Amino acid sequence: MEDQNKMEEFQAKIDAGIKIEPKDWMPEKYRQTLVRQMSQHAHSEVIGMQPEGNWLTRAPSLRAKKILMAKIQDEGGHGLYLYCAAETLGVSRDKFIEWLHEGKAKYASVFNYPSPTWADMGAIGWLVDGAAIVNQVSLQRTSYGPYSRAMVKICKEESFHQRQGYEIMANLAKGTKEQKEMAQGALNRWWWPSLMMFGPHDSDSANTKDSMTWGIKLETNDDLRQQFIDKTIPQIELIGLKIPDEKAELQENGSYKTSEIDWDEFWNVIKGNGPCNAQRLKHHIKAHEEGAWVREAALAYGAKNN
Amino acid sequence: MSKDNQGPIWEVFVQSKPGKPFRHVGAVHAYDKEMAMENARDLYTRRSEGTAIWLVKADDIVASQPEDNGAFFDPANDKAYRHPTFYVMPEGAKNI
Ligand SMILES: [Fe+2]
Ligand SMILES: [Fe+2]
Repeated sequence: MEDQNKMEEFQAKIDAGIKIEPKDWMPEKYRQTLVRQMSQHAHSEVIGMQPEGNWLTRAPSLRAKKILMAKIQDEGGHGLYLYCAAETLGVSRDKFIEWLHEGKAKYASVFNYPSPTWADMGAIGWLVDGAAIVNQVSLQRTSYGPYSRAMVKICKEESFHQRQGYEIMANLAKGTKEQKEMAQGALNRWWWPSLMMFGPHDSDSANTKDSMTWGIKLETNDDLRQQFIDKTIPQIELIGLKIPDEKAELQENGSYKTSEIDWDEFWNVIKGNGPCNAQRLKHHIKAHEEGAWVREAALAYGAKNN
Repeated sequence: MSKDNQGPIWEVFVQSKPGKPFRHVGAVHAYDKEMAMENARDLYTRRSEGTAIWLVKADDIVASQPEDNGAFFDPANDKAYRHPTFYVMPEGAKNI
């Protein structure tokens, strides 16, 4: 049993908006929730480099290539900010990677979808980064200090990601008939996976209640998803593409009503049966193992020089 | 999997421009000082966020303990005379 007084003091701090710092007392379950969520977030940034890396060598211009390279580098950086923040909870970097490779830690399911055309680079930046931004803006106020600070840094860097993606889509949408179709195809592919990024309905989300009591989460999955839908639908219409949901309609309150998400697909991809789950993890393990000799050599060199 | 090692953690402090204080921005893993400096530059100043970097090995940092905060910071609590608002100025005093 955890000390009742400490628990009350802890909750009072959260309620007063005082951040929790690494050495502060915290309930074990708060720590575990953060370890899970922050490492999952870090892994997502890193695995998320793969679908975009797929197009690096085939970017249509030098400008496009430089932009894509800078974006992918940012995502790697986001992963590192988050691993460092998560390590303050007393779990080592090696451990986080080991848990990822063993399948004990997850990453965002959205990165288990393929990126078959150049337009997918547009759709990913616009929609996947767009959805991540809505979530991350909210997390800037999260109760754990190191996580909150990492989010502030990440949010500053994200808006270029979304804008470069929307620029790609806008250009394709006003191009040839084939280009416009390519843009629409990518929008159709990424629309539903991006909506799924916000997670299950709050009524089906095991973690939402505790996370909100403890200020880890500030807004519910459904609220965040709705914010994203309401921002994005006018952007779809502006560039002349079709909303990939025939039932989507604007309601009187200014908010859009959309069709139900295919939750069977959602759970299926989480369980590992998405189109690229095996490939993504295999690639990460391979890259990590092939770098082992570098880490060993650097460790020996560092031991000699420090 | 064989025992892995990511190297020690270095805390990173960046000065945004001359005259500003160094601010903690995060950490990096690196095996020696030179690599730590290059990693910190690549990770924390990709958008010209700084003109100078300090690195400190995390193990070398001495930190106060939050559970001692009450007693530890107590000596400062009852010394209101350290603040300018403690003093009564004569009516009409200006520029002080
Ligand atoms: Fe990111
Ligand atoms: Fe991003």
